[in-house]
Amino acid sequence: MDDSESAAPQGSTEGTPLNASLLFISVFLIAACGLIYELVAGTLASYLLGDSVLQFSTVIGVYLSAMGLGSYLSKFIHRGLAQRFVDLELAVALVGGFSAPILFQAFAHTHAFRPTLYTLVMAVGTLVGLEIPILMRILRHQVKFKDLVAQVLTLDYIGALAASLLFPLLLMPKLGLVRTSLLFGLLNAAVGLWSTFLLKSQLGPLRMTRLRCVVVIAMLGLGLAGAHRFTLAMEEEIFSDEIVYAKDSPYQRIVMTRGRGSFQLFLNGNLQFSSADEYRYHEALVHPTFAVKPGAKRILVCGGGDGLAVREILKHSGVERVVLVDLDPAMTQMATQMPMMRDLNQGALLDPRVKVVNADAMIWIAEDRSEAPFDIAIVDFPDPNAYALGKLYTTRFYKLLKRRLTPDAVVSVQSTSPLMARKSFWCINTTLEAAGFQTRPYHLAVPSFAVWGFVLASPRPFDVPRKTLPDLRHLSDESMTAMFAFPKDMDRVPAEVNRLDNQVLVHLYTSEWKRWS
Amino acid sequence: METVVVKRRTLLSTAAALPLAGLACRRSRRFPFGGELLGPSLDLGHLVRDGALPEPDHFQPIGVLIAGGGIAGLSAAWHFEGAGFRDYLLLEMESEVGGTSRSGQNGVSAYPLAAHYVPAPTKEIGPLVKLLDECGVIEGYDATGEPIFGEQDVVRSPDERIFFHGQWWEGLYLHAGESPEDVRQYQAFFREIDRWVAWKDSKERKAFALPRSKGSDAPEVRALDALSFKAWLDARGFTSERLLWLLDYAVRDDFGSRLDTTSAWAGLFYFAARKQGPGEESRPLLTWPEGNGFLVHHLLKCCRERVRTGHAVTRIEPRADGTVLVTAWNTRENRAVGFLAQRVIFAGPVQMAGRVIPALREARGKAFFEAFPATPWLVANLTLRNRPKEHGFPLAWDNVIRHSAGLGYVVATHQSLRDHGPTVWTYYHALAGPDPKADWLKLAAMDWRACAALVVEDLRKAHPDIEAHIARLDVMRWGHAMIRPRPGLLFSPELELARQPFRNVHFAHSDLSGFALFEEAQDHGIRAAEEVMAFRG
Repeated sequence: MDDSESAAPQGSTEGTPLNASLLFISVFLIAACGLIYELVAGTLASYLLGDSVLQFSTVIGVYLSAMGLGSYLSKFIHRGLAQRFVDLELAVALVGGFSAPILFQAFAHTHAFRPTLYTLVMAVGTLVGLEIPILMRILRHQVKFKDLVAQVLTLDYIGALAASLLFPLLLMPKLGLVRTSLLFGLLNAAVGLWSTFLLKSQLGPLRMTRLRCVVVIAMLGLGLAGAHRFTLAMEEEIFSDEIVYAKDSPYQRIVMTRGRGSFQLFLNGNLQFSSADEYRYHEALVHPTFAVKPGAKRILVCGGGDGLAVREILKHSGVERVVLVDLDPAMTQMATQMPMMRDLNQGALLDPRVKVVNADAMIWIAEDRSEAPFDIAIVDFPDPNAYALGKLYTTRFYKLLKRRLTPDAVVSVQSTSPLMARKSFWCINTTLEAAGFQTRPYHLAVPSFAVWGFVLASPRPFDVPRKTLPDLRHLSDESMTAMFAFPKDMDRVPAEVNRLDNQVLVHLYTSEWKRWS
Repeated sequence: METVVVKRRTLLSTAAALPLAGLACRRSRRFPFGGELLGPSLDLGHLVRDGALPEPDHFQPIGVLIAGGGIAGLSAAWHFEGAGFRDYLLLEMESEVGGTSRSGQNGVSAYPLAAHYVPAPTKEIGPLVKLLDECGVIEGYDATGEPIFGEQDVVRSPDERIFFHGQWWEGLYLHAGESPEDVRQYQAFFREIDRWVAWKDSKERKAFALPRSKGSDAPEVRALDALSFKAWLDARGFTSERLLWLLDYAVRDDFGSRLDTTSAWAGLFYFAARKQGPGEESRPLLTWPEGNGFLVHHLLKCCRERVRTGHAVTRIEPRADGTVLVTAWNTRENRAVGFLAQRVIFAGPVQMAGRVIPALREARGKAFFEAFPATPWLVANLTLRNRPKEHGFPLAWDNVIRHSAGLGYVVATHQSLRDHGPTVWTYYHALAGPDPKADWLKLAAMDWRACAALVVEDLRKAHPDIEAHIARLDVMRWGHAMIRPRPGLLFSPELELARQPFRNVHFAHSDLSGFALFEEAQDHGIRAAEEVMAFRG
């Protein structure tokens, strides 16, 4: 390449001077946008897949090579450079802008996250690679080649610097990935629209071009406006990890976060499980009941819409029927449809022995006439931090439950932390006793929560269980027995009975947990 | 723009303070939901008053005729049935029995049309304990013989909340932000109540018992009826705005009157009669989705064969031989029917007795009947598709808006534990103005839209998006919702006289206690039944 080549006559660029300095501002902006998309993709991949070195390296590698491909492809564009440039901006705006929301959806709803990731990185890289060569060719009549190269490349690198500083310091903490990517898509589209003014003389029918710009801007703007539904900026400050899924069902806000190689489910901001250690919780919740009543055939699960308790239940070959009653269809759908949930619960809710009922468990056990008595009931409700949950821990609930059980049935009840909320824990135990159950409280460590407690109960007297299935990840015959011993700081304290008309547990629970938050 | 909105709000809340300002909204409001305007049969009332009805062909002989199927009439019938006495008929002019304890039902829930709870009785209130036991509400009795109530029938916690300063707070009395003087007065008032709870007369009777017939009539108790609740509070230096609001709310809610139109006896009764001993909590409340309709259903089940609904008693004539001629209008067949009764229990309001018993009207004189003013009420049932937005303390059973002329709303699905999705709210508004008759004329003139506007504007203070959630809004207008225990009424010669039988016509109604409570209506029903059975042996 030399200066003489740049003198070749080319279409409509002749005779109309362009405002080169304003176009250099575009260079700065598109350079910043280009780097942001790369950072978004790299960050998102490390969040969701872990191993950030690998993710960033592969994303950068694919991205840079795609840029090379774009630069190479630019030589096949001959005519209408200005028009191509505007189109290019709009394409980058759409693909780059929507990259983060698309990737989150792909992660939550498909098995094809990696192909989607690299296809998007490839596409954005190729388009970004086309931008600078085309812009330089547009400007070559206005600026001497050596100045052109110097200025364009300088601004390109400064833009990249600005983006790389803004991203970790301002954009990620304040906006999060989804809004950052949409915002920079918007910026790309704005550059496109602005170019229709700067390059007016070189463009064909302006009205259609500008209309396209406006449509793209509107799409991204709507995306941005709707982004709060997906992730709330406020929430991102609460959750330490990236939100990969969020949904407001009529009953609760379901949020899933992902980070450090595991994922977590939150209901109304309260952690329900972390994939890292939920096996400890669910093994402890389920297997002691079977140890007391081996050969149980009919199992009732109240709550537990994540299907993780059912996964443990189905490890017992004698089980013939499991009825899971969970209030929220959004929760049970997520457990059956979302790939990472289905992987974790091993498709438990899709097992032919399992029937899922979406109903308020208390109303269901009071009104249902279709199911025969159960041998085991697993009661796995969120902690009693609201009256609508507190009712599920009352004598009324346990009495209604007892009516649905065989005379020697066994129940296990998740009962919050005997360490963090000692009175609440023993209040649940006392309430079960007041409802006519014999109880055996127990506990274990679930690092994501704290020390966690359960109450094993039966209408008939029973002994502390000593045997469990082989091949569990946490529970063994030895650790089973150990769970039933309470150290001094968690030992029994006197507690009131939780009734519908006093709901003492909700008050106890909120005041006890307040100390830890 | 903001100021305009605020002004409109202020205007509307002021408007709601004049109970009938709904009239003003009538022209402009269009609601995206429908509903019905229910109320007493006005035509029927006129027929009775004009006396222009044809005579019946013959008079069917009957032992006892009960005129009126509210709680008093039904309780009389229930008592007869319990005693094995079957020679009676109960006539009710409406298509359903229950009076102000009636209820409705739709696809979402059953709901009350007015009365919606009773305080859990102690063993002393035998008849109510017996009734509740029959209804399956009592699970057993403790060592001292006190009934143990089913958890599901006691109001579920949280029971009350109040909307104030843009959000909901727990309880009816707002403790947040009270001054030391507020605290002092609040405690002083309840110390005074405890003093009365502990008080016994020389016959070991409590000052305030339920039903009131079991309480004391000692001079120091009677003296409380001579002054208004307001005068009583003034004399003791109670000035706390919060406390006075709570007390005013209490009397509006239970008596349909204000501090200055309520007897001090009634004001103290409200608080003292609900406590078993000094320092104790008030008795828990029993309630059901359909309110006291739950009790009505049971009472009706006991006497259904001898109940005739759609029979409006238009004339009662005691005859010289001791029998009583009763004329009624069968509203379904539009014909007059006659009965020749040995005894009659008139189980309606005192004022109505004056209208259908000409001899009584003559004997007592016009002024006598004017001693029994009754408060009209507007009760609306709102069927909601979903729960509206709100801030603060979560939905309770009873939800009261602090700056409102209304009494707030009760959630019908509270006891059925349905905490999500569709529900029915029962909204109450007592027309507690100084002139009940004028209030009633205005209420009777309001159409559905005017009533709906009144309700929606009030609820919008706490739930700005309420309108979008309403599937339907049914309005019940009660002309004689409850008698007003004005100062001087409760120990008046008129009230004493009204309880006395009149030429083989016996009287049973909560009017005869001076305030409308289930226990009072039941007490009078049983007393009248006893009077009649004593005569018949």
